[in-house]
Amino acid sequence: MDNIQYSAAVEYAAASGTLSSIWLLFAIPLASAAVLFLLGRRADKWGHLLGVASVVATFVLGLVYFFQLKGLSGNRSAEVDLFSFMPVGSLKVDFGLLLDPLSAVFVLLITGVGSLIHIYAVGYMAHDPGRRRFFAFFNLFIAAMLLLVLGNNYVMLYFGWEGVGLASYLLISFFFDKPSAATAGKKAFLMNRVGDAGFAIAMFLMFAQLGSVNYDDVFNGVNQLTQGTVLVMGLLLLLGACGKSGQFPLQAWLPDAMEGPTPVSALIHAATMVTAGVYLIARSNAVFSANATLQTVVVSIGALTLLIGCVIGCAKDDIKRVLAYSTVSQIGYMFLGVGLGGAAYALAIIHLLAHGFFKAGMFLGAGSVMHGMQDQVDIRRFGGLWKYMKITWITFGLGYVAIIGLPPLSGFFTKDPIILAAFNRPGWTGWLFGGAALLGAGLTAFYMTRLFVLTFHGPKRWTDGQHPHESPAVMTVPLVLLAVGSVASGFLMSTSVVDWLTPVLGKHAEEHGRLGHWTVTGMTMAVVALGLAAGVLLFRKGTALEEQPAGPVVTAARNNLYADTFNELVFELPGRYLTRALVFLDNRGIDGVVNGLAAMVGGGSGRLRRAQTGYVRSYALSMLGGALLVVAALMAVTLG
Amino acid sequence: MSKFPFLTLLVTLPLLGALILAFFPRSAGELAKRFALVWTLVVFALTVGAWLAFKAGGDRFQLKDDYPWIPQWGVRFTFEVDGIALVMVALIGLLVPLIVVASWKTVEALDGNRSVPAYFALLLALQGMMIGVFAASDVLLFYVFFEAMLVPMYFLIGSYGSHQRRQYAAVKFFLYSLVGGLFMLAAVIGLWVLGGNTFDWHTLVEAEFTTWAERWMFLGFFVAFAIKAPFFPFHTWLPDAGSAAPAPAAALLVAVMDKVGTFGILRYCLSLFPNASKYFAPLAIALALVGIIYGALLAVGQNDLKRLVSYTSIAHFGFIGIGIFAFTTQAGSGAVLYMLNHGLATGLLFLVVGFLVARRGSASIKDFGGAGKLVPWLSGVFFIAGMASLALPGTSPFVSEFLVLLGVFAVNKTVAVIATLGIVLAAAYVLWMYQRTMQGTLNPALNEVPAMKKDLSVRELAVVAPLIGLILFLGFYPKPVLDVINPAVQATFTQDLGVSDPAPKSEAKK
Amino acid sequence: MDPSYYIVLSAALFTIGAVGVLIRRNAIVVFMCIELMLNAANLALITFSRMNGSLDGQIMAFFVMVVAAAEVVIGLAIIMSIFRTRRSASVDDANLLKY
Repeated sequence: MDNIQYSAAVEYAAASGTLSSIWLLFAIPLASAAVLFLLGRRADKWGHLLGVASVVATFVLGLVYFFQLKGLSGNRSAEVDLFSFMPVGSLKVDFGLLLDPLSAVFVLLITGVGSLIHIYAVGYMAHDPGRRRFFAFFNLFIAAMLLLVLGNNYVMLYFGWEGVGLASYLLISFFFDKPSAATAGKKAFLMNRVGDAGFAIAMFLMFAQLGSVNYDDVFNGVNQLTQGTVLVMGLLLLLGACGKSGQFPLQAWLPDAMEGPTPVSALIHAATMVTAGVYLIARSNAVFSANATLQTVVVSIGALTLLIGCVIGCAKDDIKRVLAYSTVSQIGYMFLGVGLGGAAYALAIIHLLAHGFFKAGMFLGAGSVMHGMQDQVDIRRFGGLWKYMKITWITFGLGYVAIIGLPPLSGFFTKDPIILAAFNRPGWTGWLFGGAALLGAGLTAFYMTRLFVLTFHGPKRWTDGQHPHESPAVMTVPLVLLAVGSVASGFLMSTSVVDWLTPVLGKHAEEHGRLGHWTVTGMTMAVVALGLAAGVLLFRKGTALEEQPAGPVVTAARNNLYADTFNELVFELPGRYLTRALVFLDNRGIDGVVNGLAAMVGGGSGRLRRAQTGYVRSYALSMLGGALLVVAALMAVTLG
Repeated sequence: MSKFPFLTLLVTLPLLGALILAFFPRSAGELAKRFALVWTLVVFALTVGAWLAFKAGGDRFQLKDDYPWIPQWGVRFTFEVDGIALVMVALIGLLVPLIVVASWKTVEALDGNRSVPAYFALLLALQGMMIGVFAASDVLLFYVFFEAMLVPMYFLIGSYGSHQRRQYAAVKFFLYSLVGGLFMLAAVIGLWVLGGNTFDWHTLVEAEFTTWAERWMFLGFFVAFAIKAPFFPFHTWLPDAGSAAPAPAAALLVAVMDKVGTFGILRYCLSLFPNASKYFAPLAIALALVGIIYGALLAVGQNDLKRLVSYTSIAHFGFIGIGIFAFTTQAGSGAVLYMLNHGLATGLLFLVVGFLVARRGSASIKDFGGAGKLVPWLSGVFFIAGMASLALPGTSPFVSEFLVLLGVFAVNKTVAVIATLGIVLAAAYVLWMYQRTMQGTLNPALNEVPAMKKDLSVRELAVVAPLIGLILFLGFYPKPVLDVINPAVQATFTQDLGVSDPAPKSEAKK
Repeated sequence: MDPSYYIVLSAALFTIGAVGVLIRRNAIVVFMCIELMLNAANLALITFSRMNGSLDGQIMAFFVMVVAAAEVVIGLAIIMSIFRTRRSASVDDANLLKY
């Protein structure tokens, strides 16, 4: 199973020259966010421009660093320790950054796609009074996300990790006066926190076992740990990854996150933040490759989630939620990839990059559709839009072809190899996971076709008063650029990025598994064609405008496979009763004891004060009694 | 050693200020406010001076001032600070001027014609006594300040409290603390008798006691501190006191005064009774752990903003408790840093809640709803305070919570894992509180309240801005404070307690 | 003569005084009984002084006499003012200071 060959220990080179200023990458958007927050309404007029400029500047800077890194010979990495963050006893945590091939591609993805989405948002949010606030949050997100990928230890990763969680919360509940948006934001934050707690405990375990949370110390120390420890550490990290990436069992928050403005869904909940889990696992490949059971768990979660995403995606009618479940399912593919380990790590990363392009493109396309259709999101109320918004139609179409994996678009080069790798996993599990991935490809083709056909083709099923129109150039240009990315990225990246990532993810010999490359490609194409044909045939004439009664499977899928119901019944309701019971207990029980004690003392003294009769005689008697008592006591003592 | 008597001045100046304010006529309210502000700013400047005069990494105790008091009993006015006490003194110096500003209109808003100068006199008296508690290194002197501190707070709650049950809350607070204090008095006398007729902390640390004597004296001190902190199940006075006290006083109560409990545990319980501390550590950790979960769950269930914040503090004190009794430097330093950070974060939270309550005239959560539309800046500050309370990275409480949990995990995995659940619950109570007050559809009743349409004023901004700045600064760069804390915590654990950190497992195997 | 007889006399006087305080209601009589007790104590003090051959007891007796004189001044004034307001010298009628 363990086919990783680490020729040497993980070692990062200290940054020199231009590369020692990589902190600028997250400092620029952070500064921009701070300016936008602090100036308040005074920045309303130009705030969005500053927001866009800062991210574009970061992208340019990212490119510069990328080529600098490429120019390095030998150890391609640059480590900068800015200052000592938490020095206590033997714990040494630095505010340290690391630019290596893996973080470099993420930096480019985040700032590149981020820039496009920022530009798009200028148009999309043009009429929103909170546009400046929006860009402040957006910049904050970029800063946190860059910190996440640039950290050189797990604490920095966690720092950015929670930072993006915060930005995600703020942006999901951007329209905070809408109760559903507020609730969705809270749900996302809470479910993420569950994962974060796992991540945090994993760090405590690292420190207890290895005395450090720095990447190099941990990766080099993994082989000293027992298998059990590695398994636990990996599972905890996985819990964190599942929370952030919306994987089973913490997937329920991601579709609700679509309450946020569409650019948010595109940037945070499709292209970048939700892939942080994949980054975490790929970054920790030394841990995950060290235990076979752990890899099986990751693969199982990936396979299960990709199927869950597909099944629910087939039943949803809200354009953004279909895309959200498609994101859940595509990240499932990535988890499958990183779980398979070996050469598949790199495959997962290139699928992640390609997904960043086509999914962001489709989300923005969906936003463009909503923009032209008065914020309608129900695909049953679209139809025939291709005539009215040609650019959106073509760019969305390219994204659609890319995601279902037709050649020569990017999905074909990135998803097929993962399916192949799944089939070639030794043992019967290879058939199981390969089959699941294959089934997922077919279902993806089906529901994406349904989405595409219902939105852009077939008869018009609009509500009254709709005048669909194409969006302004500020929105369509990013769409076009992202579409170009979805077309070209797969082919361009499939070999070069794999080589580029080798220093981080390990070198792997060409594997010859049970199924050949062309066999799997053929099977995939057949399944995709089947799904596509079914989608076209079923939905080419449109669909019913109201929800139709359906069998148990469809009903379950419409209800998100009862994940929300489960969470509510198992966590929320008991939690609510528990807190209520505890409040009662605290007021009546613990405080009751205290107040009871006070009442007892009070009552006792009340009795005792009756002795104060007001008659001088009785006072005199008690004085006499007391005096006699003292005398008696004295005599007893002296007589001895 | 600096010749300048920083600590003596820090204790006496506020008391002198209180005395002067006490002679202000009732009508001189405005003058009294200005006087109190200037006076506390002078005290703040002195704390800054003390901070700079303190050499991190130098002697454990510095800035010593020593005067005879009652020579027959060997009682002396001895003031000196280690890193832990210095941090707390600095916190007091910083917070009190802010609280004076935050209280600018508190008294006038109360019904009945209550004296403004007296309010500020009480605040200043409280400040002097709290500094005295942290700076004293004579056990009897500590005890005297510990008890005397109750009096001004009693009057702040009882006379300036904002709701019906303020008398009840004040008496409850006083009696609770007094009962604990009496247990401590017994232990203090026991110390004097068994420890060689002296109250000098340095001498007593060296003294040896029999097992039973040590345990009983530990319990005497511990009960007093557990009530003060407060630990479960001695906590029920805090929600009452916190909700009845005027918000600025409540901020001072929770942010600083309660820290006397955890500080006392570190300085007195652990250092004077090392064996008993080890013996009772499991019990203390259990109480603290229950406090974390219990406080958080109760906070979720509260319907009153001030009570809610009080319960969150009980959860936070649980973190400090497990940090102290884990006996590792990470957890210990984390706990001390937590004392500071909790002071900043919860102080901020209480002050912001105070602003809200002052506007709405009610602390009940259901009287708010959707207020973010009306007061965007205030709701933003409220959100930041909430994020600090749930220990988000970037805010200073994250560092301390992380260190505590990390340090605890090294010695007791189960406790650390259960305590980590607390951070999920923290997110629940903070976000739900924020959602119910600031988000969602606007509560129509709020439109009827003209004050709710006024966003953060300049005065209020001046109160919160330094706190937010410090929370963010220490969230990114806690090293200056850690450098001061670490040696003191290390000395407490290695010299006094005689424990050392567990080595990482993989190194232990080699 | 054996000084112990004086002790017995002192004890007898004290007992009479104490019983008087306990059973009589007239304030003046109670007052006089208290004086009786004080003087019994004085007698005992002087006797002990004689027995021990030191003057401490006699000095103490002077103190007691001074205190008794002061007490008479204040006590009689109180009794007078009570009598003026209540037309009664019974101690049972002055029973407001109670629970």
